[in-house]
Amino acid sequence: MVTPIYERFRDSIRAEVPIALATLVEGPNLGAKLLVEESGSSLGSLGGEELDRVVRRDAIAMLEAGTSEVRHYGSHGEARQHDLSVFIECHSRRPHLVIFGAVDFTRALASQGKLLGFRVTVCDARKVFATRRRFPMADEVVVDWPDRLLARIGNDLGPRDAVCVLTHDAKFDVPAIMGSLPTRVGYLGAMGSRQTHEKRLERLLDEGVTAEELERVKSPIGLDIGGRTPEETAVSIVAEIIALRTGRNAPSLSDAKGSIH
Amino acid sequence: MDEIFDDIERWLTKGQKVAVARVVDIEGSGPRDPGAAMAVNEAGEVAGSVSGGCVEGAVVGEAIELLEGRRTAGITSFGYSDDEAFAVGLTCGGTIHLFIEELNW
Repeated sequence: MVTPIYERFRDSIRAEVPIALATLVEGPNLGAKLLVEESGSSLGSLGGEELDRVVRRDAIAMLEAGTSEVRHYGSHGEARQHDLSVFIECHSRRPHLVIFGAVDFTRALASQGKLLGFRVTVCDARKVFATRRRFPMADEVVVDWPDRLLARIGNDLGPRDAVCVLTHDAKFDVPAIMGSLPTRVGYLGAMGSRQTHEKRLERLLDEGVTAEELERVKSPIGLDIGGRTPEETAVSIVAEIIALRTGRNAPSLSDAKGSIH
Repeated sequence: MDEIFDDIERWLTKGQKVAVARVVDIEGSGPRDPGAAMAVNEAGEVAGSVSGGCVEGAVVGEAIELLEGRRTAGITSFGYSDDEAFAVGLTCGGTIHLFIEELNW
């Protein structure tokens, strides 16, 4: 016999609704469950109100970070104690990769993004280029201006998400970067040669963006692996996204001075 | 766990007991991350996986013991070690900790 906890857990995962399942894996009440939704509402109990409250708080943070792990608590949820072990299993929303510019590099990057489990959106204002036919691997292809798309989805972007600006075109990449800067997106990269990058920086500064804000923009985009083809460039971009998330010290093109290829 | 729900539903509908093993922790390199899950019914049928095929056989044994009441729910570890307790190992050299329980929640 299963209970409403299992049913809600199963239905949430099937519907891709973020959900965390906390299971007491060491201590009294072994196997006790607390199911936590993103909103903070919960079902079940690990055996005490205070413990449930602390685990609920931790689960919500872990849902945002997209991690699953064992946490240790005192018997009433105290931190830095080791009476209980609770496994918090998080099923987060898929991270979102938003690619501006429907160019050749976009195809390769969209495919790489899918491979890594991203929900991929391709956006370009030119409807002849931004077509499903050209980007069948993308979850959505949007014909619109970047600032308008970002006005709609910007609030939903978080630390696990990424925005890649591949247009090379000032009238498109300036609004894409400006629209991304106020969001909480974890990775923001823009393609272009060092020369393009310098010119773009000037235009962004003219628009009133501060130098400090621009430090967040990875440009030229990608790791310094000498990639040349769209496919190799896509690998260098997703590798930079991974390295930024894991905090590893991989050589970014934006930190180097030499040639890109 | 999403890939194993269909099998679980089928087994539950037939009135079979189901055990679930989930990776809760990994030391060193491990093939699957915490949250990877495998379900086993009382007939020994399997859905999902918790490693690259290294320990699944042993997990089936543990799951059936649990469903037959010969062991209790709890953490079971597998890894490369000289210790007798680690009879089944991971070729990648890591250690995985699984929580095995009956699906009765």
